[in-house]
Amino acid sequence: METNHHNQSWMKKYVFSTDHKTIGLQYMFTALSMLLIGFIFVMIMRWQIAFPYAPIPVLGRWLPARLAPNGVMTGAFYNSLGAMHGTIMVFFGIVPLAVGAFGNYIVPLQIGAPDMAFPRLNMLSYWLYLTASILLLSSFFLPGGAAQSGWTSYPPLADFNPGQTAWIVAMLFVITSSLLGAINFLTTIINMRAPGMTLWRMPVFVWSEFVASVLLLLAFPPMEAGGVLQLMDRVLHTSFFLPKEVMIFGVLYKGSGGGQPLLWQHLFWFLAHPEVYILVLPPIGIVAEIIANNTRRPLHGYKIIVSSMLFIGALSFVVWAHHMFLSGMSPILANFFLVTTMIISVPSVALLTCLIYSLHGGSIRFNTPMLYALAFLPMFGIGGLTGLPLGLTPTDIYLHDTYYVIGHFHYIVVTGSIMAMFGGLYYWFPKFFGRKMNDTLGQIHFWGSLICMNGIFFPMFITGMAGESRRLWVPTAQLHDLPVQHWNVVSSVSAWALFLFQLPFIYNFFHSLFHGEKTVENPWHATTLEWTCPSPPPHGNFTKPVRVYRGPYEYSLPGAHRDWIAQDIESEAAA
Amino acid sequence: MSGYYRWLGLPVEASGYAHSIDDGLLLIHAAMLAIFVLWGIFFAYLLIRYRRKDGVPAKRDSGHGGWGSLVPDFIVMAFEIGLIVLYAIPVWSRIKVDEPMGKVNTIDIVAQQFAWNVHYPGPDGKFGKTDPKLVSFTNPVGLDLKDPAAKDDIVLANEIHLPVGVPTLFNLSSLDVIHDFSIAPFRLKQDIVPGMMIPVWVTPTRIGTYELFCAQLCGFGHSLMHGRVIVESEKDYQAWLKSMAPAQAASQPANSANSF
Amino acid sequence: MSSEAAVMDVPHVGASTGVTNAKLGIWLFLASEVMLFSTLFTTYIVLRLGSSSWPRGWNVLNVPLGTVNTLVLITSSVTVVMAYAKAIERKRGQFRLFMSLTIALGVLFLILKGFEWGQHFHNGEFPSTSIFLAAYFTMTGLHALHVIGGLITNSILLWLSETQWDHPLFIGRVEAAGLYWHFVDIVWIFLFPALYLL
Repeated sequence: METNHHNQSWMKKYVFSTDHKTIGLQYMFTALSMLLIGFIFVMIMRWQIAFPYAPIPVLGRWLPARLAPNGVMTGAFYNSLGAMHGTIMVFFGIVPLAVGAFGNYIVPLQIGAPDMAFPRLNMLSYWLYLTASILLLSSFFLPGGAAQSGWTSYPPLADFNPGQTAWIVAMLFVITSSLLGAINFLTTIINMRAPGMTLWRMPVFVWSEFVASVLLLLAFPPMEAGGVLQLMDRVLHTSFFLPKEVMIFGVLYKGSGGGQPLLWQHLFWFLAHPEVYILVLPPIGIVAEIIANNTRRPLHGYKIIVSSMLFIGALSFVVWAHHMFLSGMSPILANFFLVTTMIISVPSVALLTCLIYSLHGGSIRFNTPMLYALAFLPMFGIGGLTGLPLGLTPTDIYLHDTYYVIGHFHYIVVTGSIMAMFGGLYYWFPKFFGRKMNDTLGQIHFWGSLICMNGIFFPMFITGMAGESRRLWVPTAQLHDLPVQHWNVVSSVSAWALFLFQLPFIYNFFHSLFHGEKTVENPWHATTLEWTCPSPPPHGNFTKPVRVYRGPYEYSLPGAHRDWIAQDIESEAAA
Repeated sequence: MSGYYRWLGLPVEASGYAHSIDDGLLLIHAAMLAIFVLWGIFFAYLLIRYRRKDGVPAKRDSGHGGWGSLVPDFIVMAFEIGLIVLYAIPVWSRIKVDEPMGKVNTIDIVAQQFAWNVHYPGPDGKFGKTDPKLVSFTNPVGLDLKDPAAKDDIVLANEIHLPVGVPTLFNLSSLDVIHDFSIAPFRLKQDIVPGMMIPVWVTPTRIGTYELFCAQLCGFGHSLMHGRVIVESEKDYQAWLKSMAPAQAASQPANSANSF
Repeated sequence: MSSEAAVMDVPHVGASTGVTNAKLGIWLFLASEVMLFSTLFTTYIVLRLGSSSWPRGWNVLNVPLGTVNTLVLITSSVTVVMAYAKAIERKRGQFRLFMSLTIALGVLFLILKGFEWGQHFHNGEFPSTSIFLAAYFTMTGLHALHVIGGLITNSILLWLSETQWDHPLFIGRVEAAGLYWHFVDIVWIFLFPALYLL
């Protein structure tokens, strides 16, 4: 019944909407665009890494001379692209996609709620995020160019480098957006569950969003404070992060001094380590949903999975300084963070083990979403294992700030999170639009992406082991990098090939949006509540009152005449 | 034991503690490979064994019992406790916490965008006073030439000479932003924070020329901020010191413009 | 339509918690605000411990004015509770009186704060002058922004009491605004001794 919104104007329905589904899709389109932009930036950087000082083909002619004279990018432009790539991918791409898009669309549906707790606040979150995105991208056109101090923005460099002010302001916007979003998610999950939806009946995905929201709520404010302090340093010339007598290119900086550069690193990593789990937990939730659905059996160790997530969330607040073993922080303090870092690997192993055991005894369907979910497991495994030599203090002395680190966290967030979210996209696309995406194109996209991603990131372990530092504009300037330079070429070619394999996805996405095969409300024969309402769900989501009678993954119940029983079905006989 | 560092593609080992870091890297990577291969076999088995077959329904119980799946966790935990107690803390303490004993060669390193200034105390073994207010292009470490101890100090740009087999203590400081003092064959890496003086030490064990580079993003010229580390025999080192002695400190400036 | 509307309404009280969304939301918001200000206090402690010379607050800042401001904010905390009580008692006139008083006290706080800042600027004391003043201006400035936010919220409620006095959520909104106003007050109660007296 379209009683409630048939008279809404187009603007109100699609642009200034307070419906969580519309806002979720707005987040999705914006975040996917930002991911593409961040990817384009890194494809340009990879040219310089593979072929230092060679003019960039095609694009080089269009870039202004201050960025790339004669088509050869400058060190400052390289650093800008690097800082923007990191910032966009982490704060403007993956988190908005994982939390803003999937969380917004799926969480209210999975708990049987008609909308988010604060629909107008939800709209405000999105618009703050969009403003921040536009501001961040437009900083390239400001006089100083975009920020060039890395996504970590360590002062004093960040206190003096051009472009940083716009970066901080954009970050403050996106932080505010995330905080409001986190409050909204937590209130929704705590307060708006349908009758019968007890905590232990919540799907793993809802739990993952819950933990991610707690992390956002408590970890972002310290970074926000840090951002305010850095803004003060830049605009009002305070010295929060500057010691006395800093000399920049032979000029003594006339600040009051008395600040501490390391303070920023503590504030930044206090956010940025929990941030890693915000990037990873919702995708793990997605993988859990897809695996339960396509093995046709309940998840193995549902309670272990949920407890591990809660444990990881709590511990993630006390591991931040493992990014700072060599920062000049007390080496004795490092031992504490070494121990907490090793402890946090334990629940991570538990998560992965449970997901693998979930395959045991199943009846595995290899459809496109499932391929992504399955690929997530070994890829996330590589990412996790390579974290081990980085978390151990002595081996980190050698590997710190090398390409090994880059390889490690890209295995986590690209072959891990992004793969999982692609899976989520194929999985929930029928719910979003009432149509299915093409399976053949999906498989091409999957195999192409998987191979290319490994082609990009595996060589980084080799170059890192040879001692190559990250963030090098001219890697070949350093002698020990010369013997492994060909691996940089392999990485770069794989990155460009990865782009080509995204084209079938983009085509598939837009083609299926209008011409895809129409589906029913529950095409995957899934059990969670989002599949009990129409595809796409109407305003208000559910056409009849929802009541929950059972756990989230009641597959293959003996005695039932079909192999799934949705959460809102009272008795097996009725199924 | 030597030479196996090549299996991992590591650069040559040229310092006293390099092999203990390489031991760790080798052990961890061997364990990682073993875990991944075993795990991969199990994963592949599950995918093949439990692929969808018509008429074969899924089993709800995996037969492992809920908490039984924590067994791999206990194995990983035991391995990690072993690594922490037997490897990480002792080795880390030896490299980063303990100070070297006996005769120590002390050198001050003053980093700036984008060059390394290397300050030797000279024959008298005493560093001249330095003052950041005196820093200029011709006096990159801000040496106070009025101080008698400063007369014979040696200041070099982007070049460090070290005697083989003698522990060397570097006092690291920075004029402007955060840099990182990194010499891969020594397995030596340490951030340099402006406003702090951070000591690191190393005992070079192999004669040769190595590369010193900055490993922390320090601006547009970051990748060009590198220099040479020349490890020579005690005799050659003393001869080099003598040859440098008459030279005035200020005649060897670090000029950041030279880096380009 | 009618049965469907019942399904589609966003429920305002949690079935399992019995707490309104507004109240839960404001507590979560305050949790993040606590993290924000405790970070600033931690920063203050770290900078102070790491500093070779740190001025005594009373030598630099205007303690009498700060004391008056503390009293002003504490009083406004009382009036905002009174306003909430009157909203429960459904006495619109008295609610409006106490809410107006709260707003007036908040404005007075900002005026005194502005005067204090003006004095510092007049004496040539700016955030860039010393690390202590940097911390002082940043922390009181951020606090003042929170006061302004509270003033806006309270003014909106005062204005809404005209038309939405009988709205079922009105009292809950007054309560949420009151909680926030208390938080702003508490932050100042920590700020005042930390900056002026220690």
